[in-house]
This record gives sequence, structure tokens and C-alpha cells, in this order.
Amino acid sequence: MNTDNKSDQMLLRMTDIHIEGFSDRRWHPIIKGVDLELERGQIMGLIGESGAGKSTLGLAAMGFARSGCRFTSGSVEFDGTDLLSLKESERRKLWGTKIAYVAQSAAAAFNPAHRLIEQTIESASRAKLRTDAESREDAVELYGALQLPDAHSIGERYPHQVSGGQLQRVMTAMAMSSRPDLIIFDEPTTALDVTTQVEVLSAMREIVDKYNTAAIYITHDLAVVAQMADVIKVLRFGEEVEQAPTRTMLESPQEEYTRSLWSVRSLEKPEQRSDDIVLALKGIDAAYGKTPVLHGINIELPRGKTVAVVGESGSGKSTAARVITGLLPQTAGTVLFNGEPLPEKLADRTPDQLRRIQMIYQMADTAMNPRQTVEDIIGRPLEFFQSMYGREKEQRVMELLTMIELDESFLDRLPAELSGGQKQRICIARALAAQPDIIICDEVTSALDQIVQEGILKLLLRLQEEYGISYLFITHDIATVKAISDEIVVMFQGKVVEQGLKSEILSPPYPEYTELLLSSVPEMDPDWLTGLLADRTNTGV
Amino acid sequence: MSSSENHKPLKNDSQSYSATAEVGSVRKRRSRAERWWLALKEAPLSAWFGMIVVLGYIFVALFAPWIAPYGEAEIFPAPFAPWDETHRFGTDQIGRDILSRLIYGARNTMGIALVTTLLSFVIGGGLGLVAAINRSWLDQLLSRTVDVLMAIPSLIFALVLLSIFKPSVLSIILIIALLDSTRVFRLTRSVAINVAVMDYVEVARLRGENPGWVMRKEILPNIMPPLVAEFGLRFSFVFLTIAALSFLGVGIQPPTADWGSMVRDNASLIQFAQYDIKAGLTPLLPAAAIGLLTVAVNFVVDWFLHKTSGLRDEH
Repeated sequence: MNTDNKSDQMLLRMTDIHIEGFSDRRWHPIIKGVDLELERGQIMGLIGESGAGKSTLGLAAMGFARSGCRFTSGSVEFDGTDLLSLKESERRKLWGTKIAYVAQSAAAAFNPAHRLIEQTIESASRAKLRTDAESREDAVELYGALQLPDAHSIGERYPHQVSGGQLQRVMTAMAMSSRPDLIIFDEPTTALDVTTQVEVLSAMREIVDKYNTAAIYITHDLAVVAQMADVIKVLRFGEEVEQAPTRTMLESPQEEYTRSLWSVRSLEKPEQRSDDIVLALKGIDAAYGKTPVLHGINIELPRGKTVAVVGESGSGKSTAARVITGLLPQTAGTVLFNGEPLPEKLADRTPDQLRRIQMIYQMADTAMNPRQTVEDIIGRPLEFFQSMYGREKEQRVMELLTMIELDESFLDRLPAELSGGQKQRICIARALAAQPDIIICDEVTSALDQIVQEGILKLLLRLQEEYGISYLFITHDIATVKAISDEIVVMFQGKVVEQGLKSEILSPPYPEYTELLLSSVPEMDPDWLTGLLADRTNTGV
Repeated sequence: MSSSENHKPLKNDSQSYSATAEVGSVRKRRSRAERWWLALKEAPLSAWFGMIVVLGYIFVALFAPWIAPYGEAEIFPAPFAPWDETHRFGTDQIGRDILSRLIYGARNTMGIALVTTLLSFVIGGGLGLVAAINRSWLDQLLSRTVDVLMAIPSLIFALVLLSIFKPSVLSIILIIALLDSTRVFRLTRSVAINVAVMDYVEVARLRGENPGWVMRKEILPNIMPPLVAEFGLRFSFVFLTIAALSFLGVGIQPPTADWGSMVRDNASLIQFAQYDIKAGLTPLLPAAAIGLLTVAVNFVVDWFLHKTSGLRDEH
């Protein structure tokens, strides 16, 4: 790498990129003329909602278009050569050596049949940059730099033997192995929970700093991008909205759209106390087969209020929901519903009990039958619980659609013809159709973009106000908790750490785990991660 | 729930967001007929060939009495007559017109194969769905029984059963349908299990829907593509099994015309090929009819599988 003269500082220059995608028998524009410039060692954050073209643009920086996509104009100049005019085989030589890519799902990107270290050094050995032995030594060094435990031996493991956060760091090591000039991170921490995310973020930032690697960081999480990027570019509908250095962008965004992105996290519901308990879990134990998952948990849900259940993955949040719905009978304890114990098994519950407890799922895609129209999906609970048919049912389905801010044009659509937010709204309407007392929301917003999330949360709040529905809201996102909850339950390893009003839980003193959970939630302040890491080293957490 | 009429759409502070305006996947809404037409337009040549052949067979089978020059069991004085104007493909060993029997054979062989395949899908598909939903002792019982049945070579098993029960159209249909349903059971169970764990099936169960409804409305529509493709393949196999059984003499009984038994009855003609090439070809005609239909059905199935598997050619 020679960085001796000024003009060489510019690493990547993409000009007037147009990319089209083929679907439904036509070519649709995906990227409509975006310019992007990146200097050596600079980190650029690309943000925007899904469908904005972030990932497509990120891949375009490698001179690559996904299958079904094509470049129609523009040039990608990387280190002085125009990637688009190169032959595929010449571009392939750059990939993995000069430009590396870190994908969202590390679990899907590793070959389960090979040891981690073999996959880490693969691209470096293939390009014959170093001997195998040198690469291995280097990989161990990288593992150390990424703060992986047992840097010397972890490479000998297989992908399924390490955690998701560790795998994501190994993937970063894999990308770093051939010391590329540019790394493209495509939502690398989206699938991780907050406590793990902090570790991965800090490791990534350090190593990119250390080797002066340029990076494009794609995400829809503003707080994350604030920690990582030197400059931020906001995309929408395949066009650039604005670009500015991180601090300027956070302090004074120029465009209305950017400001609306920024304001999402400010939604906050005033908490209310209530002693009218609609649902109570008393000393619940539950197990999958012989593996105990829940250990004597107590949770109370006041009528017409929201209780947020927070905790990292594997803490038993969703298992608690399965016990309440009857899908997983508890091994000890009782669930009291309106003061009366609920039968443990689903089959023993009355239709009325089933009607009063509804559930909304994280993945709206899989929660709706892809072969049924919106009318069928929302109409079935009406037929089933209220014996409504024909005109009466249709009328009611329309009312429900209006309640979720959609209109009758959606009646005969199939789930595949809806956006992510619309799908989740249909699921909400299906739950509402049963006129429930309680809705259990299992991570309902975590698969959605921030703006869409905000829309869904506002809708849920309004429905609660109008119909007095109680929510049990399972989530790992603290911003969502602030937005919607009255009370919070913190869970850790199958136990309830504490339950209380939002203000009590979110103000010190905290139990140790709550402290860790809360402090790990990224904030919009670009110095947050640095400050947090300094704090943790000092106190030795 | 009285306040829904005075509800106004939520005013959003961020200027333009509205749920209806969210961009879903780009797709134009098309009616079923339009979708079929588009699919047909893009069908490859092989699929077109297959469809035309299958339609031709169906036409012949439906209108056999009008198309065939003579009756199915009508006997003429000259056995093994050569090809000429009165008997286009000659006559068989007891003097029946080969062409007429070929045409009636389409009706009998295809009709029986179709009924058999349908029945095997009703039995195998139904039990497969039950096993996929139940997943307990019933699933074990059904699956192990099927394993045992499948362990016996099916043609030999069919021969054994047919010699126990008198070979008749009814017993052929029942025995082959039962043996074939084991394959259908395995397929249905394995694809239905993948659908049965989806959240929407859980939603239906949480609503308290009975298993029958879950099977019909939630699972069945989502496993149709592989089942339809399998139906085409099974049909071909059943068809071949019936022809094989007839060839062995335990299949469709005379005087009912059937392609398999026609091959057997006229097989001896093949040794006259050195004197009269046409006479030698006669036993191959019903065999060719079987072969052509099998190939044609498979062309259509291949195309259908390719379409529903979501495999797309690179653009």
C-alpha cells in the first residue's frame, strides 16, 4: 500500500451509479444515480429503510450486482481502476483480497464442515499472499485483536461450537485476513442482542482503526452507525438524501426525512400504575423435554397496561409466552387469568379463554398463510369466534382494516403483496378481530425499520387507549420498551430479575444484569461506545 | 368496540409516512387466468409437446367409440391379418382389429391408472397429513407400517396379492392404490411437517381450530405444488405397473383392451419381422403408446416442478 501522494488518498469513487433489478417481468430502478467517495481509512455509514438500496449500493462498491440486478450506468473506481470495465475473473481476484464483505448472518456465511481457522485464512492462502503457517499465526493475532476468548485454540472449532457474536467476529477476522483496503459490513450486528452487539462493535471498530482499513457500514440502526462512522450517507428510494460528517449529521440534519429518522427514538409513553391484574404468572416452572427453561417466575399484567419483558436471547421470554398461550404446559405453578386459573393444556381451554388471549409474532411473514387473502386471514377469527358470515363479516373486516390504517384495497391481497409493516398490521388486525383482553407481542417490531416500527408502536398505543387491551410485550430493544411500556420485567437465564414501573427499573440503582443490559443499548451520541468501554475497563465489568 | 367509526387516521409528525403507502414487493395483481396464460406463453417446447400429447390421449380416450373403426371385442375371421385398408394395423391372434383395441386401450388403461392414482393420493395424502399434525404414537404407527410395506418389492407384492384375490378391475385398483399410497404418504408427511411448524399453523391451533380444518385450510394449500408434481409421476408409474401386470397376465382381463396385455398377446409377431417389417412392428405399437404418454407426462411435470420450485433463470 503506498500512501505517498495526495491523490492516492481517495480509495473508492463511485459516480452516477444506476442499478436495475428484474422482477415481475420488468426492469425496475433500484439505485438512481448515487455518487460515493471514500478515502483510505475512512468509515462511511449507509443508512435508510429497507428497500432504500443500501445493500445493493454496498455490493456495487465491489463492482458486483446480485443475480437479477444489473448496472445500467456509472463507474466504480477502486484504487485507480474501474471495476465495471474489468472482466469478472479480474474482479474476482480483488474480492476477498483488496475488498472484503461481512454479511448480516454469520451463521449462514460459514461452511459448517470446516474449522474456523481454515475458513479465516482461505482467501489469503488462495491468493498466495502468505504461507499457510504465516496466515495461521496472523489469524490467531486477529482473533486476539478482536477479543475472542482462547485466541490460540478457537480457530480449531467448528462454526456451531461458538456463539453468534463470536462467529460475527471470526467473520471480521476472515475479512481482515488478507488486509483489504476496503471492508463492506452489511448489517453485521442486526441479528445480535444488545449486550453482544457492544462487544462486536468495539472489536470491529478497533481493528479497522488499527489497520487503517476503509469501510462501508450498512445498517438501519442510527445509534450503531453513530458509533462506527466518520461520515453518514442517508439513502431513500435509491437516491441520496444527504451526506455529512457524523457529528454534523446528528446535530443538525438538513433534510426533513433525516430528521424524521432521528425523531423515532423520542417516542415515549407516560407510565401508569394499576392494581387491577388481568393476568398473573405465579411460580411458573417450565421445561423443554428435560431441559428446564423457566425457574419459578412471577409476572403480573395490569388491565389495560403494557408490561415489557426484556432480556437477551435464551433468557426464557418467549417460553413464558408459550406457557401463557398453553402451547407449553408448565411443570409447576399457575397462570391466573381474571383471577381464575387457566387450564395448562391448550386442548382444555374454552373457546372464550382462547379468544381473550391473542398473540402477535416477530416474523409476520411466517405468521400468515401465504395462500390466504387478507380478507380470509382477518375474517377467520370472526367466523370462528363470533359466527359472522357474508356481508356482516365483510363489513367488520373493513372496519378492522380502517382501525389499522389500511383500506379496502387490501382485501384481496396475498401476504406476498404487502410490505413488512403492512404484514404486521394485518397480524394485529387478526388479533383484534377476536376482541381480546390480552395481546402477547413477541418481538413484533424487531424485524422492521425504525420509521415503520414507530408507526406500529403508535398504532398499538392508540388501540390500547381505545379498547383497553393489555399487552405483554416481549422485546430486547430498550428504545421500544421506553416507547410502549408501563411496567418492565427483566429476565435472565430463566428467572425474573425484577419487575416494576418503567421509571423504577430505568433509574438506578440497578441489579447487576439490568445495569449491563441498559448500558449496552447504543445511544445516538458518537462518543457513547468509547465512553462505555472506558467505564467498563475502569470498573472491571 | 364502538369508537371505530369516529376514528381518524393517525396524524403523523414525520411528514409523509403512511401505512398504505409503504412499498411492498413490486407485483401486479393478476387474475388466475392471466397468470396461467403468462405461464403457458413462457413454457418450453418440451412442455408444449407434453401437453399436446396428453390432451390428444385424453381426447382419444373420451371419444373412443366414435373414433375406433370397429368394436373393442369384435372378432374378424382372419387372425394375424397384415396391415391393409380394412385393418390399418392388422388383427391380433384371434382376429380383433389392433387399431380399435389401441384406441379402447387408451380409455381402459388410462382410466384405471387415473382412478388408482387418485385413490392412492386420497389414502396416502390423508394419512400423511394426519401423521404430520399428530407427531405422536399415531405418526409412529403409520410410518413404521409404511416402512414395512415399502420393504417388500412392490411388483412382487402386487403379484402375490393379485393371485390371492382374483384379478379384477376393482382389485387391481385397490391393490395398486394401496401399495402406491406408501410413497405418497412419505412425501406428504415430509413436506407437511415443514409447514406444520409455521407460525400460522400455530395461530390456527391457538384459535382452537380442529385438526381437520388445519389440515385442509392451512397445510394442504401450501403443499400442493410438490403433490401435483408427484401426481404426474405417480400416474406414469401406476400406468407402467398396470401394463407390467397385464403383460404378466394378472392385470386387466380379456376381452377388455389394454396396452400391456396387447404387447404380450402379440409379442410372438416380432419374430416375423424378417418377412414383414410391419407385422414385426405390431406388438411395439401399444408399447410405444405407453412410452409416449409416460414421456409426455414427465415433460409436463418437469416444467411444473421448475415453475413452482422458484428456480429462475439468470437474467
